[in-house]
Amino acid sequence: MNRLDLGALFLHFLALWFVAIGGPSTILPEIHRYLVDVHHLLTSAQFAEIYTLAQAAPGPNAMYVTLIGWYLAGWPGVAATTIPLLVPPTTLTLFVGHLNERYPDAPIGRAIRRGLAPITIGLTFASATILMRAVNHDWRGYLLTLFTVVMVLRRPLNPLWLLAAGAAAGILGLV
Amino acid sequence: MEQTKLYKPPVTALDLFLTFSRITLSSFGGALFWARRTLVDRQRWLTDREFIELLTLGQILPGANVLNLAVMVGYRFAGWTGAAAAVAGFVGGPCLVVISMGVLYQQYGALPQVQRALAGMSIVAAALLFATVIKLAMALPRRWRPWLFGILAFTGVGVMRWPLLWVIGVLAPLAVAAAWKAKDY
Repeated sequence: MNRLDLGALFLHFLALWFVAIGGPSTILPEIHRYLVDVHHLLTSAQFAEIYTLAQAAPGPNAMYVTLIGWYLAGWPGVAATTIPLLVPPTTLTLFVGHLNERYPDAPIGRAIRRGLAPITIGLTFASATILMRAVNHDWRGYLLTLFTVVMVLRRPLNPLWLLAAGAAAGILGLV
Repeated sequence: MEQTKLYKPPVTALDLFLTFSRITLSSFGGALFWARRTLVDRQRWLTDREFIELLTLGQILPGANVLNLAVMVGYRFAGWTGAAAAVAGFVGGPCLVVISMGVLYQQYGALPQVQRALAGMSIVAAALLFATVIKLAMALPRRWRPWLFGILAFTGVGVMRWPLLWVIGVLAPLAVAAAWKAKDY
C-alpha cells in the first residue's frame, strides 16, 4: 500500500462530487481508478468487498465512500471522503431549492420540473430493470420479485418484512 | 393538478431530522422506495406530483438524488435549519452503521450466510424500486408527451445502454422546450 495523502484524497473527492451529475454511480469508475489503479491504496477485490458491504447497510448507496475512508485512515479518512460527498452537492441544491421555493410559479422552473419529471421516471424504471436483471439468476428470483411488487401495491404491509423474507430465502438457498 | 402547492403542513426541523433518520435507517438497498412511502403515503408532506418534481431537481444536480431531495424538502418546510436537520438525519445514522460494519468486517471477514442473505435482500430491494416507479408513473398526466419522454429515457438507458449523460443531454432540452411551449402541462 502506498503512503496515504489524505489532503489530496479530500481534494480529489471534492472535485468529483461537483461533477457527479446522475448520482454516485456515475463517478464510481473514477473513484475505482483513482484508489486502485493510480495510487494502489486498495486492491480491486478490496474495493468490491467494501462496496458490497456498504450496500448491505441502510442509507444512501453513496455511503460506500465513508467506509473506504474508514478502511484507509479511520476517522480522519471518514472526514476526508464523507465531507466531499455532502458539501458540494448540498450547497448547489440549497441554491436551486431556494430559487424554486422563492419563485414557485416562474415559467422556466415549471417547464423544467414538469418537462423532466417523466425522464426521471423513465430513468428510474431503467435502473429498476437493470438491477432486477443483475440480482435475479433464474425464475425463482423473478417469482420473489413478482410477489414483492404485488404485496407492495396491494397490501399496507411493512416492507421490512419483505426484506426479511428475502434474506431468509437467500440463507435457505431458495433464490 | 395545476396548483403546485395546495397545502403545506407545519413541519419543524426536529420533525425533519427524525423523519429522514427513519427513512434512511429503513432503506436497505436504496432510499427511494422509503422516501416516497414516508413523505407521500405516511406523513403526507408531499403529493406524488410534488415528490417527483423535487426528485427531478435532485437528479439533475450533482450528488446522491435522495440526499438532494432531503435538502430541498428540509428547505421547503423549515429553511436553512430544516435543510441541515434533514441532511444530518439522512446521513448521521448510516455513517455510524457503515463504520460499525467495517469494524465487524475487519474482525470476522465475509461469512457465506451473510452473503446469501444479502443476495436475497437485493432481489426484494430491486422489486421495491420497481414498485415505486409504478406508483410514480401513475401520477403522470394522462397525455402522450410525458409518456413519450419517459419511454424514450427508459429505452435509451435501460435497453440500448447508451451513456446517461448523452441521453439526458439530448432528451432534457427537448422535454423542457416542449413543456415550455405547451403552457398547460
